[in-house]
Amino acid sequence: MIKDITIGQYFPGNSIIHRLDPRFKLVIALAYIVMLFAGNVFVSIITGAVFCIVSFALSRIPFKLMAKSLKPILPILLFTSILNLIFIDTGKTVFKLWILKITSGGIETSVMMIIRITLLITGTSLLTYTTSPIALTDAIERLLSPLKKIKVPVHELAMMMTIALRFIPTLIEETDKIISAQKARGADMENGNLVQKAKAMIPILIPLFISAVRRAEELATAMECRCYRGGEGRTRMRQLKASAHDFVAAGVTMIFFAALIAVNIII
Amino acid sequence: MDNTFARCEDLVFSYDDESRDVLCDVSLSFKRGEFTAVLGHNGCGKSTFAKHLNAILLPCGGSVYVDGIDTKDEERLYDIRQRVGMVFQNPDNQIVATIVEEDVAFALENLGVPPEEIRERVDEALKSVGMYKYRMHSPHQLSGGQKQRVAIAGIIAMRPECIVLDEPTAMLDPIGRREVLKTVKRLNREYGITIILITHYMEEAAMCGRVIVMDKGKVLLDDVPKEVFSKVELLKSVGLDVPQVTELVYELNKYGLGLDQHIITEEECTEALIKLLS
Repeated sequence: MIKDITIGQYFPGNSIIHRLDPRFKLVIALAYIVMLFAGNVFVSIITGAVFCIVSFALSRIPFKLMAKSLKPILPILLFTSILNLIFIDTGKTVFKLWILKITSGGIETSVMMIIRITLLITGTSLLTYTTSPIALTDAIERLLSPLKKIKVPVHELAMMMTIALRFIPTLIEETDKIISAQKARGADMENGNLVQKAKAMIPILIPLFISAVRRAEELATAMECRCYRGGEGRTRMRQLKASAHDFVAAGVTMIFFAALIAVNIII
Repeated sequence: MDNTFARCEDLVFSYDDESRDVLCDVSLSFKRGEFTAVLGHNGCGKSTFAKHLNAILLPCGGSVYVDGIDTKDEERLYDIRQRVGMVFQNPDNQIVATIVEEDVAFALENLGVPPEEIRERVDEALKSVGMYKYRMHSPHQLSGGQKQRVAIAGIIAMRPECIVLDEPTAMLDPIGRREVLKTVKRLNREYGITIILITHYMEEAAMCGRVIVMDKGKVLLDDVPKEVFSKVELLKSVGLDVPQVTELVYELNKYGLGLDQHIITEEECTEALIKLLS
């Protein structure tokens, strides 16, 4: 049961968006975030929305999946919009009850905020839906590689991420086993108050940590056996090559950006 | 050219925190293409010995030579590790990447092999262990035996001359064990790779060309399986078993049946028993 958790939220596919070079995708996603929060609210939301909807349609990700990714942020959306409604005091008063005053400015801001956050989440989850975690790590390593010159351990960080991703399912499985083993010995994990529940976690976490340390040691030996010696002189089997449609995608993003700036200047 | 691939002379080793020697005066040599099993009770030093063969551990006394290179020669450390690959007990703890083919490529990437050649060697290695069609899977979707074969492929890709397997089947089910052994045997037969198999399954040892029995850091026996397993009492005294058929012959001989104590396979045993009964 616990094994069914998907890592990240990669949704395998073969659409144009899936096939984009992960480096380009990452940069485009960053540009998209800037786009959403730059300049005039209306303009940026409209450009952002168009951009998001187009790439979403191209990715052929089921709508349901996208809706699911929005579920966890519902409370945040609700909370921010209520705060905006109550505290923004501009424009005409629409509704007044004792000290509560809702103004047209408040409504406007809260609606915009909801749209902005929704677009932000859908856009960025599109990145993780269409890019496998390993490709993403790879892209990060390559994009940050100029930082090696100022002694940032880029390769080591990427390696750590890869190993972490690799061991998530293994450790989940292990946790599952430990929970069963402790339950078989009469451990009570469901009942009791918060403190008792937290205490019940100790007999799960300690064996898990011990085994993780042991695994780490064995893995280190196995890596040494396979001639691992850090990032220096290392080659990669999979080469990332930017193709024509990567540049098209980048071009389209640039056009959107340019449009956004132009409209902002005119207004 | 000398037919000896690896040789150790008066090898002595102890871990820092222990006063007793884990290995004392071990002298062994391995020929190219040989298939050797190393047997021994827990803590007899067999894994420690294995780690000397690719310079993961360095001797405290004596020396180890791999393909003529002294393992103490730090400059040639990666030459040694590339020649002697090592496979461990737990397949989960030796797979680094999240995709099978990426993991097989790991060693080659470390060695700085050009990308096109990596691709070629990875495919070849995956085919030689029969895991090619799983190349895009993630390791946690595979069974134990399959994971162990991926680990072997990761070693094969380096094109080593020798593979040391440290109890590779201990955590596997019977099917996985059979898969792994079949793969190892094929690599020995078809590619002439020297195999050193550390195990505590007597049946696995019985199929090898040579068996080394270790006890308390020393080499106790070193011979062909038939000779080693005929010394039933000696093996039992160091806490080891013999293959089931050998045990049967041993027990029958107690009643004075006079069977050949060198029997190690089921066929031989059946034949001998039929002869006796008819």
